[in-house]
Amino acid sequence: MNKRYTISVFTENFIGILSRITLIFTRRGINIDGFTASESREEGIYRITIVVHTTEEQIIQLSKQIEKIIDVIKAFYYLDDEMVFQEIALYKIPIDNIDSGLERVIRQHNARIISAEKDFVVVEMTGHKEETQELLEVLKEFNVLEFVRSGRVAVAKPMETIDKYL
Amino acid sequence: MKDSQIRGAEIVIKSLVAENARYIFGYPGGAIMPVYDALYDYMDHIQHILTRHEQGAIHAAQGYARVSGQVGVCMATSGPGATNLITGMADALIDSTPLVCITGQVASHLLGTDAFQETDVVGISMPATKWNIQVRKVEEIAPAIAKGFHIARSGRPGPVLIDITKDAQTAMGEFNYVPCLNIRSYRPYPKLDDKAIDRAARLINQAKKPYVLFGQGVVLGKAEKALEEFLDKSGIPAACTLLGTGAISESHPNFVGKLGMHGNYGPNLLTNQCDVLIAVGMRFDDRVTGDVKRYAKQAKVIHLELDPGEINKNVKCEVAVLGDCRISLEKLTGKVDQRTHPDWIKAFRELEAEEKRVVVGNDLSPTKVGLTMGEVVRHINEFKSDDAILVTDVGQHQMVAWRYFEYKTSRTQVTSGGLGTMGFALPAALGAQLHDYNRQVICVVGDGGIQMTFQELGTIMQTKAPVKVVLLNNNFLGMVRQWQQLFFDKRYSFTELDNPDFIKIAEAYNFRVQRVDVRGDLRQAVAEMFVHEGPYFLEVVVEKEDNVFPMIAAGSSVEEVRLS
Repeated sequence: MNKRYTISVFTENFIGILSRITLIFTRRGINIDGFTASESREEGIYRITIVVHTTEEQIIQLSKQIEKIIDVIKAFYYLDDEMVFQEIALYKIPIDNIDSGLERVIRQHNARIISAEKDFVVVEMTGHKEETQELLEVLKEFNVLEFVRSGRVAVAKPMETIDKYL
Repeated sequence: MKDSQIRGAEIVIKSLVAENARYIFGYPGGAIMPVYDALYDYMDHIQHILTRHEQGAIHAAQGYARVSGQVGVCMATSGPGATNLITGMADALIDSTPLVCITGQVASHLLGTDAFQETDVVGISMPATKWNIQVRKVEEIAPAIAKGFHIARSGRPGPVLIDITKDAQTAMGEFNYVPCLNIRSYRPYPKLDDKAIDRAARLINQAKKPYVLFGQGVVLGKAEKALEEFLDKSGIPAACTLLGTGAISESHPNFVGKLGMHGNYGPNLLTNQCDVLIAVGMRFDDRVTGDVKRYAKQAKVIHLELDPGEINKNVKCEVAVLGDCRISLEKLTGKVDQRTHPDWIKAFRELEAEEKRVVVGNDLSPTKVGLTMGEVVRHINEFKSDDAILVTDVGQHQMVAWRYFEYKTSRTQVTSGGLGTMGFALPAALGAQLHDYNRQVICVVGDGGIQMTFQELGTIMQTKAPVKVVLLNNNFLGMVRQWQQLFFDKRYSFTELDNPDFIKIAEAYNFRVQRVDVRGDLRQAVAEMFVHEGPYFLEVVVEKEDNVFPMIAAGSSVEEVRLS
C-alpha cells in the first residue's frame, strides 16, 4: 500500500551528492514530491528531506540504496505521524483586486503579508500542504498571479540523533 | 616555488606507485598528456599497457583485478576516451570488481564551455561507479586517489572514477601520500550480530533439507576455506552461481553443481524442495531465481551478505547475517552440528545422472557430424593445468564453457556476469594473463563477441601475453538465435553473420593459429595449443544451430528447468 514517507538524509558536503541521490529514484521510476536541502545542526553536514509516495517495502530499499552512497552518513525514513513538518508557501496578489475580504482570509489562515509593492502584495503561509493548498483555493478570488510552495522541512519525533553515526 | 614541489601529473603516478599498482591499462590523449609525460620517467616503477581502445583498457583492468584480487587501474583522456570506459565501469559495478579509473579533463576554466573533448564524465559515470570525483586542484590529487583506492577495494568492491583537470595536472604541488583508511560516512564492514548467527545455526540444525548457494562474495571475502569447513562439518549440499564458480573445488563431495538459467538440472529444481536455504555472498540475480514469486517459497532463507542493500532486495529472508562472510561462516561452523545428508545429496546425484544422460553425454561426446562447444571444453580439460584461468565472453559459449570447464581453485573464472558485456573476454584475458605470465589463460569466445574488441589482439601481440584464444565459431549470435528458435518462431532476425577469415586476422597479429572443422583434428589441435609458448589462436567451427540446455526460460520457475 502506498503511503507518504519522508526520508531524512544526512550527508557530507560533496559535489554531486544530490545527483547521486535523485538517480536512485529516477532509476526506479519513483516521483519525488518534495525535496529540500540545508546545513544541519552539525557544521559541514547537510540534511536533505525527500518526500515520496511509495510502499514500505520500497522505502526500506530506497533508504538502503541511499545509504550505500559513500558520502551519505545516514538515511532515516518516517511516516507523517512520526515527524513534525512544515512547508512554506508564497502567494502574489495584485493590488487591484484587494478588498477587506483579504484581511479576513489572512487572519483565518494564520497567514501574513510579507511585502507590499506598488502593484502587488506577497502573502506568506507556513503549514502542511493541505493547509497551504486550501489558502490557494480561497485566494483565487483575489487572482493569484504567482504561487510557490517549498519542499518539506521536518524533524523526527523519535529521540535519535545523527551524532551516534559520526 | 619550493624545490620539493612536483607537477600534479607526477603526483598521479607517484600515488599509483604508492598504492603498489603494478599496471596501468590505458590510452593517451590531449587532456591526460601531462600524466603520460610524467609516466615516461616512471617506467621502472609501474608498467603501462597500451590497449587499442579504452574499452579494452578497462576490461583488461577488470581481468587483472578479478584474477589478482588487486585493484585494477585504467587511464584515458577526456571526452570519448572517458565515455569509452563507461561499459567497463557498469560491468565492474554490477560484478563488484575493484577498479580505479583515471581520466583527464579539460582545464578547469574551460569546464562547461563545450571545449574540445569535454564531456561531463562525472555525471555520465555516476550510476556506473561506486564513487567518483572531479579534481581541479593539484593538492587534491593524492587524497582523491587514496580515497579512491580505499573505496574501490573495501567492503563490496567496485569501480571509482577520478577525473583530473589538465590544469591540476600541470600545477606544482607537494607530494605527501597518506593512504586513506577511514571515511566518516562510509562503513564498508557492517558489524556482525552474534544473535543472527545463533538464529541461523538453530535453523540449520533443525533443517532436514538444508541447501547452500554461494556466490562471488565467498571469493571477494576470501572465505573459500571457511565455506569448505562449513560444508565439511554441516554436510550440506552446495551449489554455486556463475561468479561464485571455483570458490570451492568442483570435486568437493558436497558440491552439487551450478545455479541459474543454464545451470545444472538438480541444483535449480531442488531449490524448490529444500527447507532451509543458506545464501552466501550472492544476490539472487533474476538469472538465478527465475520467477521470483515461485522461488524457494517453501524454504526459510538465511542470507549471509556484506551489502545491506542486498538483504530482502529480491528474496525475503528469515535471518539476515550481515557482515564479512568469512567471519560469519567461521562462527556458524562453530555452532552447527556435525551432520551428513546422504539421502538429500542423493536426490541431487540422481538428477545429475539424468542431466548426464539427456544433455551432457551429447554435449561432450557427440555422435553427430557437427562439432559441439562442449567437446572443445572436454579437450581443454584434458590438457589444462589445475590452476588454469578460463575467461569467457557472453553467450552460448560462455554457458557451455562454464558448465563443463573443471574449476579446481578460486579466481580461475573470469566472465562478465551481471552486465553480460559482449567483447569482455579478449581484453579481460590479457589482463588475467598479465597477472601471471606462467599461468594458463584460456579465452573462450564466440564469433560475435570477439569482433567487438578484436583490436585487442594487437595489445596481446605487443605484450607477448601467451593467451590461448579459443574461438567457437557458429557463424551466429548463438544465444539470441537460440531464443529466436525457442520463443520467436525461428525468425532469425539479424543473428547470422558473414564472418571474415579469422585465421588470417590472427596471423596478421602474429598469433600461432589453427583452424579445426572436423572432429578428428580437434584433440591434437588443443594439445598443440597448450604446448605452444606464445599467444595462440584456435578457431573451432562448431555446429551452427546447437542449443544450450538445461534452460530455465525467462519468467519460468526454477522447477520448470528443462533438459531439452
